[in-house]
Amino acid sequence: MREVINNIISLYKSDKTRLMDMLLDIQEKFNYIPDNAIDTLVEKLDLPKVHILETISFYHFLTLKNTGKYTIYLNDSVSAYMSGRKEVAETFEKEIGIKFNSVTNDGLIGLFDTSCIGMSDQEPAALINNKVFTNLTIAKVKEIVKNIKDGKDINSLMKANLGNGKNSSKLIQSMVNNNIRVIKSILSDEYIPGSALMKIIEQERDEVINEIENSELRGHGGAGFPTDLKWKFTAKTPEGKRYIFCNADEGEPGTFKDRVILTERPELMFEGMATCGYAINSDEGVLYLRHEYKYLKKYLENVLNKMRKRNLLGKDILGQKGFNFDIRIQLGGGAYVCGEETALLESTKGNRGEPRYKPPFPAVKGYLDKPTVINNVETLCSVVKILNKGNYWFKKMGTEESRGTKLLSISGDCEKPGVYEIKWGITINEMLHMAGAEDVQAVQVSGPSGNCISPSQFNNQIRYSDLGTGGSMVIIGKHRDLLKDVVMNYTNFFIGESCGSCVPCRNLIVIYRNTLQKVIDGKGVQADLDNMLEWEKVMKMNRCGLGQTSSNPIVTTLKNFPELYENKIIEDSDLIPTFDISKAIQEYCDATGRKPIIEE
Amino acid sequence: MKDKFKIIIDGKELPARHGQTILEIANNNGIYIPTLCNFEGLKPQASCRICSVKVNGRPMTACTTTVSPGMEIENDTPEMNELRKIIVETMFVTGNHFCPSCEKSGNCELQALAYRFKMDVPRFPYSFSKRDIDASNPKIMIDHNRCIKCKRCARGIKTDDGKDLFAFKNRGEKIEISIDNELAKNISDEKAQEAMDICPVGAIIKKERGFIDPIGTRKYDNKPIGSKVKEVQ
Repeated sequence: MREVINNIISLYKSDKTRLMDMLLDIQEKFNYIPDNAIDTLVEKLDLPKVHILETISFYHFLTLKNTGKYTIYLNDSVSAYMSGRKEVAETFEKEIGIKFNSVTNDGLIGLFDTSCIGMSDQEPAALINNKVFTNLTIAKVKEIVKNIKDGKDINSLMKANLGNGKNSSKLIQSMVNNNIRVIKSILSDEYIPGSALMKIIEQERDEVINEIENSELRGHGGAGFPTDLKWKFTAKTPEGKRYIFCNADEGEPGTFKDRVILTERPELMFEGMATCGYAINSDEGVLYLRHEYKYLKKYLENVLNKMRKRNLLGKDILGQKGFNFDIRIQLGGGAYVCGEETALLESTKGNRGEPRYKPPFPAVKGYLDKPTVINNVETLCSVVKILNKGNYWFKKMGTEESRGTKLLSISGDCEKPGVYEIKWGITINEMLHMAGAEDVQAVQVSGPSGNCISPSQFNNQIRYSDLGTGGSMVIIGKHRDLLKDVVMNYTNFFIGESCGSCVPCRNLIVIYRNTLQKVIDGKGVQADLDNMLEWEKVMKMNRCGLGQTSSNPIVTTLKNFPELYENKIIEDSDLIPTFDISKAIQEYCDATGRKPIIEE
Repeated sequence: MKDKFKIIIDGKELPARHGQTILEIANNNGIYIPTLCNFEGLKPQASCRICSVKVNGRPMTACTTTVSPGMEIENDTPEMNELRKIIVETMFVTGNHFCPSCEKSGNCELQALAYRFKMDVPRFPYSFSKRDIDASNPKIMIDHNRCIKCKRCARGIKTDDGKDLFAFKNRGEKIEISIDNELAKNISDEKAQEAMDICPVGAIIKKERGFIDPIGTRKYDNKPIGSKVKEVQ
């Protein structure tokens, strides 16, 4: 084993900032990170053992215990439950003969829960040895487990069911379907790789940034920060090493639009990075790819190679002396919070993905303390389109403060879940009509960190000044129990994904969950509802966006669906309604064999 | 000097310079902003959020926010103190803090903050979480029941050649502090004492020593936490 570990370490030139890659490689090799592997890392990298354990224990897909020869991660997001996750999960347990989050005694199969894997349009879905299995049914699960028990190769299980588009290509071979429903700009095939680069090398760096400024492009990750400003801040720093990161860590439950870009238009995204490289004078880019999309890594590496061969990446790009830019892929380890830009940079350095406080902003002090631009996948694609077609073309689409197009990931209770490229400014009603959704109770706009809205708000528009969004749209039908099926699931998601650093995000959100449970159990009182609204002020004191929004599932439904809560509460009294005397003395009764006399 | 300007904290105009934090200026001027994860000499990390103040209406942490002209800061207001009190209370119910039996009682910053904010009993139900005590190190004991994850130990206590002795393990509600027993097996008595002193609560206790200070002479027996700051002026 020592030799294997040594080889992995030397593959990354014993560079301790590449700890993530080393740990991920070790995990892949052994299905866990053995203790003596950690000892070797301690010795070779001169890192304290606690530091390495800190990193390992932070990430969902890095483990200290063997996860089995076949490791199954079944998504447990809201969309999965809406599509029959419960029955599928039960079938997995029954057929394998173990409960979730455990491994069979022979070490063959491990079964685990996992947060949204970006397949909300084809749930229930699971990752089995990092391969995606979609649209699972009881019958399919039975067949999968049988084949696994027979020792079949995981790839052979998917052969008959490969997805459309590039998903069936040799280097991907996945069951994933693109489900592209509406195409406007980014997803259109009228794009020739290299076309934007060809154009910009004739221009000054400032001209490129000016074009982006004039297009009024805003970041597509959700926050909507002007893209040109990020670039300008970085370009203004003293000469020297600068980095460009593409954030492909889309972990917001219900989002999957980057998955489709990564599959069908990766050249567009990479060209966007190279364009930014030219504009801000940087020679190195990193694509931070969420671990759930590992199945795309080989394919993306091949795309990069092809681009290098065509001199769209590498040295003296397109013959332009001194225009050097190349890209590497950094795989994540399974942590929603790493979608936050500073956490993403920490993670890339091999640390736990804890958001840093700002300032300093990454534009000034980012990856390895160097100025860094971090853009969303979709944003970088828009950059190339703008340079190709001009800012006027881009500005013509959308609304005054939200220019261009937006990819929506639509899932939940609708006929046509999938990716819709819309012009900013359409209403929720128009969106629901497109997706074929009827009898809608609520729409979760922008995922759990966003806003759960009621039909009275369906005439509102999708735009930054109204309903801003990173693109996740989960449609919730009238037949769902909103509090139990949706709000509770999302709240548990945030509890599981908190980095744990800020006190309110670590502690108060758990108290929120317990209070919600109390209300659902019919034991809540008016004060509980008032408190949950009041505590939002404390949540807003958290450091990062995750912490500040993790009470949103509860708070926005309390505001938009007050009757759901009010119908469940009881009159306040001097007694604590959650106290159950029979339960409290159960142990005593069992031990003594006596029964209490409790007066009603 | 060009870089000198004024900021306002609770209606009081105070001299400020670029690069200073809100907390520094408050401390220099006898204004108490409560802190917990902050420790003099360590790089602030702003994780307890107790020092949050409102800067022109927005909550920001005083320990990390550097000042700029035009800042109007709300600190000692009923609203901010109530929010801070909520944060303190969440810590009491999440861990297991039994002050009467704790070696750090009277010298504990969490306890002192609770007194200062006049917490009678936490408003939240106790979680009675199951936490362990790690006594594997020969010199120090870690009581996870009391740990508030401020990371002061991890940031401040290093080996002589600067390596980390403490770090986090896990994330979210499962997060805990852990000690590198390989590096820490031969730590000196002084270092162990330093670790105990840097801990704001009783989570790190130097072994074979306890209840040294008689009641009445402990750090916060006579004056509430923050009194020192007010004596500056």
